[in-house]
Amino acid sequence: MRRAHIGLILGALLALAAPAYAVLPNEQLSDSALEARARHISQELRCVVCQNQTIDDSDAPLAHDLRVLLRERLLAGDTDEEAKAYLVKRYGNYVLLKPPFERETYLLWLGPFLVLALGGVIAGFYLADRSRMTPEPQLSAADRAKLDDLLKPENTE
Amino acid sequence: MNRAIALVPAGLFVALVATFYFALFRDPSKIPSVLIDKPLPAFDLPGVEAGVAGLRSSDIRGEPVLLNVFGSWCISCVAEHPMLLELQRRGVVIDGIDWRDEAINGAKWLDQNGNPYARVGNDRTGRTGIDLGVTGAPETFVVDAHGRVRYKHIGPIEPDDWTNTIEPLMRKLRSES
Repeated sequence: MRRAHIGLILGALLALAAPAYAVLPNEQLSDSALEARARHISQELRCVVCQNQTIDDSDAPLAHDLRVLLRERLLAGDTDEEAKAYLVKRYGNYVLLKPPFERETYLLWLGPFLVLALGGVIAGFYLADRSRMTPEPQLSAADRAKLDDLLKPENTE
Repeated sequence: MNRAIALVPAGLFVALVATFYFALFRDPSKIPSVLIDKPLPAFDLPGVEAGVAGLRSSDIRGEPVLLNVFGSWCISCVAEHPMLLELQRRGVVIDGIDWRDEAINGAKWLDQNGNPYARVGNDRTGRTGIDLGVTGAPETFVVDAHGRVRYKHIGPIEPDDWTNTIEPLMRKLRSES
């Protein structure tokens, strides 16, 4: 009975726990649709100070500035792409956690497939070599006679 | 033929090791500037003290200038400061942007540490810094006589950076203008 109570309370507390983000209440927009867009975009933007975090996650002062700036751009009527382009113009593609597919990033995007293809070619050569080097084993005449003898109906019970 | 193919994985391995080796010495916090060879973005910043002129982007013209981004909160800037004072003594024109800082703190900091700047603008909101693609202080831009950004140095300017990179560039820019 008491244990059930404790379980219930713990369960309720767990339900309250939400992932922690760096976005502060005073940064958030009152328009929830715009705020949702801002959150979505800021999760795709790299914090240029602490580079493996998004500006959505980061506590760095500059990340705060960029979050506020992003929301200002959205309030001013920018589309998601325009808001991102605004920052790319200042910090380069570096701020995009998902870099665009263009000449400078071909190697980045296609590299894994190149390596896979190269591996396939090497494996192909290897297998072709191996099948050439180990020919089908041939039975000698004596072995064949022995085998035939063994396979005679009267010897197989 | 077989031998050659057997060596391919070993070759790839050596290439990978070489890549990782060089990556060890590359500082990923140094993000290349998109402003190189582009005009300085327009700004008009107030001074750090009442009655003292600030810094406008149009002021930076006519001769090669170092544009240094600092802040009274910035510890590496204190370390860099004697170098800037020395450059000022040698006649280098340095303009400063007091970034993400209250003007009064910037003014106090310059009083205490000395002022190597020809002009200082206070960028309290940090927006000019963002327009310049600043990721931290100190950062220093080399701006040519036409107001174009030619180089960006991230972090404090060490004597080696000056003699090996920035000074030769400034000399070249001066001969161009």
